Amino acid sequence: MIIDWFTIGAQALNFLILVWLMKRFLYKPVLRAIDAREKRIAAELAGADEKKAEAQKEGDEFRRKNSEFDRQRAALLNKAAEEAEAGRRRLLDEARKAADALGARRREILRNEERSLHQAIRRLTQREVFAVARKALTELAGVSLEERLGGVFIRRLRELDGRAKTGFAGALKTAPEPALVRSAFDLPAEQRAAIQNALDETFPAGIRVRFETAPDLVGGIELSTTGQKLAWSIADYLAELEKGVEELLEKKDEPAAHSR
Amino acid sequence: MRLSPDEIVFWQHGVFKLNATIVFTWVLMFVLAAGSKLITRKLSTGLERSRWQNLLEIVVTGIEKQLEEVGLNQPRKYLGFLGTLFLFVALASLATVIPGYEPPTGSLSTTAALALCVFVAVPFFGIREQGVGGYLESYVRPTFIMLPFNLISEISRTLALAVRLFGNMMSGAMIIGILLAIAPFIFPLVMTGLGLLTGMVQAYIFSILAAVYIASATRVPRPGPGAAAKQ
Repeated sequence: MIIDWFTIGAQALNFLILVWLMKRFLYKPVLRAIDAREKRIAAELAGADEKKAEAQKEGDEFRRKNSEFDRQRAALLNKAAEEAEAGRRRLLDEARKAADALGARRREILRNEERSLHQAIRRLTQREVFAVARKALTELAGVSLEERLGGVFIRRLRELDGRAKTGFAGALKTAPEPALVRSAFDLPAEQRAAIQNALDETFPAGIRVRFETAPDLVGGIELSTTGQKLAWSIADYLAELEKGVEELLEKKDEPAAHSR
Repeated sequence: MRLSPDEIVFWQHGVFKLNATIVFTWVLMFVLAAGSKLITRKLSTGLERSRWQNLLEIVVTGIEKQLEEVGLNQPRKYLGFLGTLFLFVALASLATVIPGYEPPTGSLSTTAALALCVFVAVPFFGIREQGVGGYLESYVRPTFIMLPFNLISEISRTLALAVRLFGNMMSGAMIIGILLAIAPFIFPLVMTGLGLLTGMVQAYIFSILAAVYIASATRVPRPGPGAAAKQ
């Protein structure tokens, strides 16, 4: 008999036991290990993907920031360059202005110096000229000249016009002190008498006269009372001449100063 | 002339007996279980793993893939049964290189027992997937006339499974035995190699056929054109 029923049953049971054993010891652990590995690999892949995405994101962010920095830097550089240019221009302007002002001031100082020098020269010249004239005339002046001068004075006294004469007469009358006759040299007696005579002739009332010597008149005679003066002297001429020259120089200076 | 290892009886008490088939089956069971236990004792879930674990993983995933190709959508459900079937038959024939070994699959009792297991497993899985009604309905498909033919095919294929494996395994052992008597040097070697190949092929055929039967029993029938028209 090829088929043994007991063996068939035993083998079927054996097989079922083997199925259970294999499930228990082979399939389950192996499949579990494989699943765990797959899960782990999947997790790792997912993690790698995530990291990659993150890295990508960070890279993008970095690039964006970089470009922004570049832009900002360029903007700042531009601004700085503009500011530097503006500052340069401003400084140049200021320097130019300062230089102009300095130049103008220097020119002004030079001009002032020149002017004051001119004035000094002019004044010195004038003073010298007059001193020379005064000295020359003083040296030339003498008693004979005095006489001539006294003559001229007397003539002028006599030639006084009406208004001046009355003014003088009023002044002589009201003056508490005697009228003062000043001359560069001591007048001789006859000269004094001639003058007294001329005065008496010209003015009605008797006039008291006091004679005085004044060398600064250079040459000439001067009659003075309260508020009135009748003079004919070289010093007067010189003073008038000096005054005229000064006025002329001042007039000449003014347009010259304006023209610059 | 001994046809089956059943005939080698070590111990007997009434109907209970301990023959070579059962003993060698136990040996194979022990080797398979102990080997699996030994290797799966410290499985690595990381990328680094031992050679033995790699081998087991290849075997298990290979079987799983084969089952999926046959048409089982969820191969893990059937991996225990069909995978063990393949491993047992394959190891039984591979072990024939060991002198003194008698393959338990060379016994009609063993192959019949395996075929019976398949015979029971097909309706078991079928009912589990489709329910009793759904499974029984597959017998009258496409028409009621097909019922007897379906029943006959159910029985005959189980018989064929048992006899095919038994015939192949027994013939392999028989041929080697005969050739040993005639030309004891070269031919037995060649025939042993050939026997290993036939054994592997038989293991493959046996488990694949079982898978196909289970697949056909568990597949939920898609609604045909007629069903669509009825709706």
